[in-house]
Amino acid sequence: MSSSISHSSPGSASRRAIIFGGAGALFAWGFMPRIAHASGARDPRLVVIILRGALDGLTAVPPIGDPGYRALREQIAFTFDGPNKALPLDSFFGLHPSMPNFARFYRMRQAAVVHASATAYRDRSHFDGQDVLESGYATPGHTDSGWLNRLLASLPKGDRVASASATCGLAVGANAPLVIRGPAPVLGWAPATLKSADPELPARLSDLYAHSDPLFAKLLAEGIQTGKIASGLDMKARGGPGDPTGMEQMAAGAARLLAEPNGPRVAALAFEGWDTHAQELGRLARLLAGLDGAFAAFEKEMGPAWKDTVIVAVTEFGRTAHVNGTQGTDHGTGTVMFLAGGAVRGGRVIANWPGLRSNQLRDGRDLAATTDMRAILKGVAVDLFGASPAALSRSVFPGSDAVAPTAGLIA
Amino acid sequence: MPKMADTPAAGVPNMMNNLPQRVFLAEVDARFNGTIRGPVIGFPERLAMFWANHFAVAVSKGPALRVTAGAFEREAIRPHVFGRFENMLLAVETHPAMLAFLDNQQSIGPDSRAGTRSKRGLNENLAREIMELHTLGVDGGYTQRDVTSLARILTGWTIERGQRGPHGVPLGRPGTFVFNTNAHEPGPQSLLGVTYRDDGVEQGRAALRDLGRHPSTARHIALKLARHFVADVPPPALVSRLTDAFTRTRGDLSAVYLVLIGSEEAWTPELVKIRSPIEYVVALLRATGERPKPQAIAGTLNALGQPLWNPSGPNGFADTVDAWASSEGLATRIDLANLIAAATPRNDDPRRFAQAILGPLLSPHTEHAMARAEDRKQALSLAYLSPEFQRR
Repeated sequence: MSSSISHSSPGSASRRAIIFGGAGALFAWGFMPRIAHASGARDPRLVVIILRGALDGLTAVPPIGDPGYRALREQIAFTFDGPNKALPLDSFFGLHPSMPNFARFYRMRQAAVVHASATAYRDRSHFDGQDVLESGYATPGHTDSGWLNRLLASLPKGDRVASASATCGLAVGANAPLVIRGPAPVLGWAPATLKSADPELPARLSDLYAHSDPLFAKLLAEGIQTGKIASGLDMKARGGPGDPTGMEQMAAGAARLLAEPNGPRVAALAFEGWDTHAQELGRLARLLAGLDGAFAAFEKEMGPAWKDTVIVAVTEFGRTAHVNGTQGTDHGTGTVMFLAGGAVRGGRVIANWPGLRSNQLRDGRDLAATTDMRAILKGVAVDLFGASPAALSRSVFPGSDAVAPTAGLIA
Repeated sequence: MPKMADTPAAGVPNMMNNLPQRVFLAEVDARFNGTIRGPVIGFPERLAMFWANHFAVAVSKGPALRVTAGAFEREAIRPHVFGRFENMLLAVETHPAMLAFLDNQQSIGPDSRAGTRSKRGLNENLAREIMELHTLGVDGGYTQRDVTSLARILTGWTIERGQRGPHGVPLGRPGTFVFNTNAHEPGPQSLLGVTYRDDGVEQGRAALRDLGRHPSTARHIALKLARHFVADVPPPALVSRLTDAFTRTRGDLSAVYLVLIGSEEAWTPELVKIRSPIEYVVALLRATGERPKPQAIAGTLNALGQPLWNPSGPNGFADTVDAWASSEGLATRIDLANLIAAATPRNDDPRRFAQAILGPLLSPHTEHAMARAEDRKQALSLAYLSPEFQRR
């Protein structure tokens, strides 16, 4: 069905991109935020990727050196030199083998991992967790605007520029993620081939129909068996935010818009499918390959602007430290953030490691969170954009006065 | 979603090329972004759809039908949805859309003035479908002789296209229903044992009035209403009560609906029917408030297998569970539910939304599945694909 999105090829995206908010602003003169003056000659770009469904940080960046790790993870554990071999980040942390590009950035000191991090949210509802992650508030229930939009709105206005699109945020995908919705105008763009396919949906429907409707259960099974209904790992190259091809398409299109001299400086994307309650290894191999491909697409398409770019990939919470009975994990707390881009002071895992012994786990089940995600995000905002810590605590991450910006994240 | 080309083919004037489609899309828009939105109670709209499908026309017949199909529903069906069946019947059979769809505009009485001057003659198409589909039903007790008689009775029922009457006077406004005496078969006709004397257009009106009140018609309409609203194989007692109401009131449709609504059988808690594609799309649009372009709506209905006003035959779209229970159909509904869920994000708890749109029908299974969904979009997709949303 139609949506308020312009579907167009990435090459012509900026001409056809349309405005979500602030109608008419595309055709008006606008004020470029004083971004370019904040850090000398740098004209920075910030990309936020929301990973919906709660990424398991212990699979993405396994703490192989932790003595408790192997026993918790059993069959889905990674090693440095045995089966399920991870890419080494240091002597303690590995990286999921589906992420060779991120490993390359890490070696080039253009990528960092923040481990054992979390938002201020401590319950286990996806919806509420995503609201907190994206709204920037400490509690759920604030769904009018997202922190990235308010960050853009709070930046001091600078020179008059011919293109107002530089003052806009960019929302990539079938609909704008909450993180970028709000008072500042937002451009929307989605790849022409983007489908809203959800590879997880058939399995969940199958479960629902099994309990409630034999006829629909039969039709669904038929559809899956004959390939009419694509599902799970069989869902090849269908595009969409839960599919590696779709993730790369979204990233490449966003990067081309961001790379334009008068293009947006701030963008948000959302990738889906991270809720790995079962068969986690296969599913995360596919999804993390998609995320890795998206990082690579940004590097390729940003061109010279890559050196001024920070990409932050975040998720609403982590997963249980223990593998569950179906080779997956359930909703937890602490997890990883990925930082990538030429402006990142990388080559390190940033963590105040809490340990994996049962008395170190939160509620005896989750990786504890020792880094507040907002400290990292505020640190990026301060050092990349010259945002004021006071303004960040006031309007971007309300109620976060006690959470100091982490210094030294930007090269 | 399918997108219509706005540019005309080279050399063809834009309006000539696109007028039928533009009119058709305006009619789609008027319904799916218009009439279905307003009413809190959807019953009258459901009835309009039911009757438009009972008296089906198909736009694939040609540009004339593409232009008139919406007008047909608006002019011949809607004014009579709560009126007398025979009035709807008369409005339908005199509407240019039906006369063109079932070829009666070209049917000529063999012994009429036009018939004796040309080689053209009778076309039985409309007469047969009136009895088989519109009134008596296929087992309603008519014979081929009756079909031929009704076809003769209806000769001269045509569309004004420049025919001239006595003294060269036009028969009516262009494009409207006219009775052309020159093409009408002269003489009395015997239909179902009744002789209708030839008094021009009144001969056909009398025949249709009697067909509209016939006991077989009462039973046929009762069965179709019960099948639509209650079950594929409706309880015989219910069909009997509806038949009686129809007969007793000489086809007062409101009286029939009241019996239907007052029946225990219509209120069984079990959802036994599957929403047809049109009903499913209407439900999605009403639930979400989404207002897609008419091109997208028409394209969606095509993909779901129920193109608007375009069944494969004059019998309309099937009204049974089997007709719509297919894995292809479900695959398309999954895609559609995903798109709608993505296009209409919500900030509230999707379970509250599901409670609001499904009320007591919302099952604990669906609520549970929604609670476990990994994001709001997936939770909404699950709601739109739940049995209680797809059934009725």
